[in-house]
Amino acid sequence: MSQTVVLVGTRKGCFVLESDEDRRDWNVRGPYCEGWPVYHAVHDAQTGAIYAAAASEWHGAGVWRSTDLGETWELSSEGLSYEDDGGQKLSKVSGLTVAHGRILAGAENAGIFESRDGAKTWSLLSTLEGMPGREGWNDPKNQPPGHLGLPAILPHPDDASHFWAVVQGIGIFETTDDGASWTPRNKGLRADWPLEDPEVGYCVHKLVMSPVDTQRRYQQNHVGMHRSDDGGMSWTEITEGLPTEFGFAAATHPHDKETFYVIPLDPGHGRVMPEGKAAVWRTRDAGSSWERLHQGLPQRDAHLGVLREGMAIDARDTPGLYFGTSTGQVFASVDEGDSWTEIASYLPAISSVEVAVLD
Amino acid sequence: MADLHLPGTLPPLFNGLPRRLDVDATTVDEAIAQLDERWPGLRDRLCAEGPTLRPHIHVYVDRERAGLDTELAASSRIDVIAAISGG
Repeated sequence: MSQTVVLVGTRKGCFVLESDEDRRDWNVRGPYCEGWPVYHAVHDAQTGAIYAAAASEWHGAGVWRSTDLGETWELSSEGLSYEDDGGQKLSKVSGLTVAHGRILAGAENAGIFESRDGAKTWSLLSTLEGMPGREGWNDPKNQPPGHLGLPAILPHPDDASHFWAVVQGIGIFETTDDGASWTPRNKGLRADWPLEDPEVGYCVHKLVMSPVDTQRRYQQNHVGMHRSDDGGMSWTEITEGLPTEFGFAAATHPHDKETFYVIPLDPGHGRVMPEGKAAVWRTRDAGSSWERLHQGLPQRDAHLGVLREGMAIDARDTPGLYFGTSTGQVFASVDEGDSWTEIASYLPAISSVEVAVLD
Repeated sequence: MADLHLPGTLPPLFNGLPRRLDVDATTVDEAIAQLDERWPGLRDRLCAEGPTLRPHIHVYVDRERAGLDTELAASSRIDVIAAISGG
């Protein structure tokens, strides 16, 4: 029987949740990574390793790795530094992407590092030199309290040198030559603030690609939900029907490009689910209409937040959907979001949720 | 030999690293470099780009706040402290 493994990155370490293919009963292991704040934990389907991007307030940023599903861990930050690139500071590794036999790490200040030896050593791949806004986005006086970084890299499934990077508060950039050159890809996005350059200045919270159609993309933006049907060359807003235009997490259905999930949040300081009622929202028609999914989720006094990497979907025939909250609950659905159960209740504040199916 | 004391957050990261050890070094920087030779990567856990001590890593030499270039005597006591970082 195959195994379902959910990796949960939290403010106090990484946790591993295990179940079988029914995904009804779960075992929780952890905390791992010595309780370091973990921003994103991912599974490498090719090698079976787990990688966890972390940053200790005392001991700096690094990537933990485990080759035995979390039983033992090692930490490395060798090469994770801007020392040789103009003296920028690397405060954390924000997001990890495993693709084409290597690991890409998005960092703050904004930059991309790669590892080709299973996260033992790293080298700087790009800081997006020459892009509009590049000179200002690492300037401390332009930084919000959470700082700007490069939290997400979306790989092309067939071409290792072709990927997209998100710079917080700036937008999406595409490279087709492994980071040697870049092009902004933000056409059609909305900004509710003045832009010095219309090509950049967009606040992309989460970017996802349909596994069945690489041209189909969705994004949760600071202002609105958007869809692309042309590989991210242009974007169309699909917010109508959602309770708010704001949120962080998003997930695409693994077998149906028209189905997409988001978790709308109040856009003010709270950034929690509206009215204290937990819900995930689903479209089955690429954003023309939305359904509120709440069966099994708390509908009273539930002021839950979910961050950028806080929702994941597995690739089983009937996919399982998982999200983790800023108050330490993990909820799962095995009927495509129609109903939910709480599979972990008292974890530390959750930064990331990823899922792997192991044969 | 200077008497070096490390915070409890470090030994779990490096196989065989004790909380307390003797070092034969003339500066704090040199002491950290010696540790990094025996436990590769340890310098990164204490120092940031610059190089400089990480903001919440405080070093005291003979009870006085020290930096990387602080000189050590043969009888010095070095305390490396993981300082306040919140809850």
